[in-house]
Amino acid sequence: MADPVSFINWSLLALEPPGWGGVLLRGLMNSIEIAIGGYAFGLMLGVGGACGKLYGGPITRDLMECYTTIVRAVPELVLILLLYYAGTDALNYVLGMIGIGEVDISGLVAGIFVIGVVQGAYTTEVLRGAIKAVPVGQIEAARAYGMSPYKVMTRVTLPAMLPYAIPGLSNLWLIATKDTALLAVVGFSELTLVTRQAAGSTKAYLLFFCAAGVLYLTLTLVSDFVIRIIERRARRGFVEQS
Amino acid sequence: MSEAPTTDVTTHAMAITPEDLPTAESFFKPHRIVLLAIAAGLVFCIVWFMRWDWIPQYLPRLGYGIMITLAMLFSTSILGFLLAVPLGLVQVTGPWPLKALAKGFCTVIRGTPLLLQLWLLYYGLGSLFPQFPAIRQSFLWPYLRESWPYGIAALTISFAAYEGEVMRGAFAGVPAGEIEAARAYGMSRWTLFRRIWLPRAIHRALPTLNGETVLQLKATPLVATITVIDVYAVISKVRQDTYITYEPLLLLALIYMCLTAILVFAFRYLENRIPTRGT
Repeated sequence: MADPVSFINWSLLALEPPGWGGVLLRGLMNSIEIAIGGYAFGLMLGVGGACGKLYGGPITRDLMECYTTIVRAVPELVLILLLYYAGTDALNYVLGMIGIGEVDISGLVAGIFVIGVVQGAYTTEVLRGAIKAVPVGQIEAARAYGMSPYKVMTRVTLPAMLPYAIPGLSNLWLIATKDTALLAVVGFSELTLVTRQAAGSTKAYLLFFCAAGVLYLTLTLVSDFVIRIIERRARRGFVEQS
Repeated sequence: MSEAPTTDVTTHAMAITPEDLPTAESFFKPHRIVLLAIAAGLVFCIVWFMRWDWIPQYLPRLGYGIMITLAMLFSTSILGFLLAVPLGLVQVTGPWPLKALAKGFCTVIRGTPLLLQLWLLYYGLGSLFPQFPAIRQSFLWPYLRESWPYGIAALTISFAAYEGEVMRGAFAGVPAGEIEAARAYGMSRWTLFRRIWLPRAIHRALPTLNGETVLQLKATPLVATITVIDVYAVISKVRQDTYITYEPLLLLALIYMCLTAILVFAFRYLENRIPTRGT
C-alpha cells in the first residue's frame, strides 16, 4: 500500500450496500425534501407575517414582533428541540382530545414544521423590508384606480417587491439547506447524521465527512446558478444601482 | 459623505440588531399594557405550574456553562475577525492566486453546514492525529486530545468566512475619492490602509458585524455535540438526569435571549459612541 491513492478506500462510497454512497444520497434527498418543504412553509408564514406586521392592527403587529424577535434571538438548535418536542406533543394532545388517538408523526413532517417556523420569521423580516422598498406612489396609484386591498397586494405590491426580496430570499434558501443539518441532533436521518453513522461504522471519518461536504457544496453551487438566472429575470428593466 | 451604514438584509433578518430595540416610552400604549399583563400571567403560570426545583442543584454548572459559551463567542469572534480582514482585503486588491484562494475558502465554508465542519474537524482530524507519532509527542498533544480546540477552530473558520465576505464588500465600498485623497497626501500604502481604508471599511461594516456576532452566539450551542460543556450541554445533562422535557429548554431559550439582549445593548452603546457625520 505504498501508493498514496490507495490509502483512500473509494469502494466505501459505492452505491450498493457494502458501500455507503446510496445511503448518503438518500440522506441528501431527505435534506433537500425538508429544505424545500420548510422553505415553502416559511414563505407562507413570511408573507402572512410581513402583511401582519405592515398592515395588521396594533395587537397583530406586536404578536408578529414577538415571534420574529424570539426566533432571531434564540439559537436554531434550541428552537428546533423545543418545537420538535412541543409540536409533536401538542399535536398528539389535540388528536387525543378529538378522539383520534396518538399518531406517530414522521420525522419528515416534524422537520418541515420546525425548519418552516424558523424560516418563517426570517422570511417575514426580508419581505417586510422588500415591501417597504416599493415606492409608495405605485401603491397609491393602484388604490386610486379603485383596486381592493387584496388586488393591490397581488397585482402591485407582491410583484413590485420581488426584485428587492430575491437576494434575501435566495440567501434564506441557502440557509434552509444548511439548517437541515441541525435536525441530525434530534435524530432525523438527513445527510449529516447518515454521514456520521457511515463514518462511525467504517472509521473512515475524513472520507465520509468530505464526501458529505462535497454534496452540500454541490447543492449550494447548483442553487446559486439557478438563483442567478431567476435574479436576472426578476431585475429586467431595473436601473442598475451602483 | 455616504448615508449611515446599515445591516445587511439577510443578517438583519436572522439576528436582532440595535435598530430593533424598542424605546422605553413605546411600552406605554394601552394595548401594549394589556399584552404585557397577559405575558406576565403566562410567565406566572409557567413559574407556578411547571417544575423548577432542579435549578438550585444545577446553578453552579449553569453559570460555568454560560462562561464557556461566552468564552467561545468572544474568542472565536475576535480570532475570526482578525482572519476576515486579510480575507476581505485580498479579494479586493490581492493578486489573482490569493484572490481565488480566499474566494474559494469563503465559498466552501459558506456552502457547507457548520455542524458538518465541526464534526469533520473533531471526528475526522481528531481520528487522524493520533496516527502520527510526531503529533503525539509534540507539546500540542494535551490540547489536541481535548474537544474545545476543535470547537474554537470550526467556529473561527466559519466566522472568518462569513466576515471575509462582509469585509470584501466593505473594503470595495469605501469611496475611491477618499483613498485617492490619502494617496495625494503622500501616505504610504500601510499608513493609508491603517488610517483610512480599514477604519472606513469597519465603520461601514459595523452594523453587519454586530448582527453576525449575534449569529455567532446562536451558532455556539453546536459545540455541545462534540462534548464541550457549554450552557446547552449543561441543559442537556439536566434533561437526561431529571427526565424533564420542556422546563430546561425554556430556561435555555431565556438564557440565550438574555445573552442576545446584553450583546445588542452593548452594540447600541458602541454604535452611539462612534460619530457619524451627515446624519
